[in-house]
Formats: sequence, structure tokens, C-alpha cells
Amino acid sequence: MCLSIPVRIIEIEGDTARVSAGGTVFTAGLQLVQDAKPGDYVLLHAGFAIQKITDEEASEILSLLDEMEDPDKKQE
Amino acid sequence: MKFIDGYRDRDLTDRLARQIRKAAAGTYTFMEVCGGHTAAIRRFGIHSLLPEGIRLISGPGCPVCVTGKGFVDRLSVYAGLKDVIITLYGDLMRIPGSGGRSLEKARAEGADVRIVFSSLDALSTARNNPGKKVIFAGIGFETTAPGTAAALQIAYRENISNFMVISAHKIMPPAMEAILKEGTRLNGFICPGHVAAITGSGIFDFIPRNYGIGCVVSGFEPADILLSVLMLISQVNANQPSTEIQYNRVVTEKGNLVAKEVMNEVFESCDTEWRGLGLIGGSGLIIRKKYERHDAESVIQVKVVESPDDGHCICGDILRGLREPSDCGLFGKACNPGEPVGACMVSEEGTCHTWHKYRLSDG
Repeated sequence: MCLSIPVRIIEIEGDTARVSAGGTVFTAGLQLVQDAKPGDYVLLHAGFAIQKITDEEASEILSLLDEMEDPDKKQE
Repeated sequence: MKFIDGYRDRDLTDRLARQIRKAAAGTYTFMEVCGGHTAAIRRFGIHSLLPEGIRLISGPGCPVCVTGKGFVDRLSVYAGLKDVIITLYGDLMRIPGSGGRSLEKARAEGADVRIVFSSLDALSTARNNPGKKVIFAGIGFETTAPGTAAALQIAYRENISNFMVISAHKIMPPAMEAILKEGTRLNGFICPGHVAAITGSGIFDFIPRNYGIGCVVSGFEPADILLSVLMLISQVNANQPSTEIQYNRVVTEKGNLVAKEVMNEVFESCDTEWRGLGLIGGSGLIIRKKYERHDAESVIQVKVVESPDDGHCICGDILRGLREPSDCGLFGKACNPGEPVGACMVSEEGTCHTWHKYRLSDG
């Protein structure tokens, strides 16, 4: 029910955006987010953009996970 | 897809699983509160990556599952009225009400019941059918309630007088507290990431503070869930329960201020009934007086007679993390996705449905 998917905003008209999830296009209400722009990634839930996704933080956590020590590697 | 593929990377999840095996010392029970997490954990086979001492149990976080039968009964009564269109999320369609009567059955008998993707679609249905009363079934937690609120604000502003909502919206923290008070033994909560995207992680702070149980707000991809488990293990090992955010690409401490304001402008809190947990104070959201002309329960008053639950169904205990689907005599037999007896078998995120789908009858 709380399923949300990351989508990219293609274009905005008034309070409505056309958004893309890996090529599938949906309509999203923008009533719940501020300053959304085309190109931004947002979480889409039940027809609304509910939060912007922070690019820097996503790459930050990925690189943090990447750098995590591999416990088996040391023994090799 | 961006923000998905990287978190499903096999090397990454393997390494996280090894880190977990290295860190785990003893036994741990963590509850994932959100039905989305329950489904993701089973779908990605997270259990198979964890050492034996780590137990993940499901909580009351599927809104369809915890919605009382009375709500379905009320919708059925509305559906039977002349010139009424019921709009709802697909999950609600097959939930059995009293005597097993679902909205699907009401539709088969001729009622106008329509599945919508969004409250905005329900609003369009109202615009396109000015001669009918369009009732939207508002269910869901803090993730979903702001969308219902936004639709109500538009209806109010544009005077779309035939658009109405019946609200069974709920909020998460009181249910988590109820579970702790009931005595379900836990070492930590995997907290709902999309609820927290709206509310902020701060709503969980009272749990480590008052109950000494750690909270990690988690995303929904395999690497997210594994990292959250690892963070909870570290908290337990260090005996330092706190609220941490794993899902920091969307969650902040304060959350989405715009969405919270919209939600608070339209809804106020009330006591409400949870399937399995009973009445929980301050856990529901009802429509404020300002919007009463769009509140189906104020505009169209109906009498609803609810019959008692099937005595054999143990959905209530499952929602509290006390028993598992395999403990239920109905599971996979009288109760299955084709003919569900309890709500946990209906919703895609229900524990019984998920177990049945991934054939987990022996845990």
C-alpha cells in the first residue's frame, strides 16, 4: 500500500507532472512537494509526488556500501 | 532503473550478508512494520541470507489488513445506494466484510464500484459524473493520507460538491507502541521508509527513548533492508538504541513539511479500531469540520450492521507478530488468495498472502 516508485519528472503543467519510471509514463500531482523541476527524481505514490529524491545522498550511500570492508577478502 | 538497480546489486548484497553474519552474536528479533517491507523481504529472499539467530517478523503495517470489517460493510451499504459511485484502491476490492461480502461481490450484483490509482482519479470521476455522488475510500497511513487530503482541498476550493471521502486513514506510531505494550518481544523495528518520507524519522524517537528499542528507517531494496538489519544489530550489540535513517535518499528527520501541512489542515486525529489490535487512542484520521460537506459519513448517514469475525482466522495474532500463517488451520486450505477468509490473505502486502505466494508454509 505504501509502495512508492522513483520516477523522473519529464514536464510540468500547473500542478501536474508527466513522470517516467524506466520509460513508463505516469501522471503525478505536485500538490505535496515544493519546487519540483523537470529532470528531478521524486517518489510517486498513489498518483502524487510525495518527496524529492536526493541524488547526492543516494550516490553517497551506494559508495559507502561499496567501500564496506569485505570480510572474506582479507583471508584470501 | 536509477535508484533501484544499484540497491539490488548481487555483490553488494552478498557482502552485506557476510557483514551481518560476522556481526551477529546471539539471537535478534526485528519487526518490519510496513507491509511493503514484508513483501520485499519475501520477494528478495532476505531470510535466506540471514544467519539463523536473526528473526524478522511482520507487524501491523498493511493498511488493508488492519482496516476493520466495519469499513468494508459501510462501503457495501453506500455501494447499494442509488446514484452512488464507490472509488477505491484495488486492494480493497476483495476484502471480505461481514458474511464474506466484499465490494467485488457488490459490484457483481450491479453496484458501481471502480478501482482508481489515485484520489485525483476519483476526483476526475466526480467531475465527469455530476449527477452522481462519488465516494472515495480513503485508506492508508501517513504516506497515503496527504494525497486524500490534497484531493479534498481541491474539491473544497473548486466546489466539486459530489466528491466525498470516507476516511479509514491511520497513523503508525500508536500501533507500534500498542505492540510494545502488548508485550511482543522485539530487539528493534525496521521502520516504514515511505511513512517517514512524509513524517520524518522524528516520530519514532519515543520508541528508543521510552522503550529502549532501536529504530532504523529503511528503504525497500535488498541492500537497504540488509543494511538496516546490520544497523539494528550494531545498536543491540552496543546496547545503544536510537533512531537512525538508512533510507536517507528520501527520509529526513523532519520529513515533508508541505505534505504534513496539507494532511493536518484536512484531518484531525481520532481513536480508531485496528483489526487485531483493537481500539487505539489517537491512531486514526478523521475529516475536519471545515470539510464536512465532503465527508461521506456526515453527508450520507447509513446504518451498518457488523457481524462477528470468523473464529478460526488468526489474522489478529499475525498482525501483532504473535503467530505466523503456518499456525493457522485455514492457511492454504479454506483461506487462500482465490478465496481469502482473512484480510492478511487478500492484500499483496498481507503476511499470509506473501507467505502463500512464496510457499513459506514451513517458515
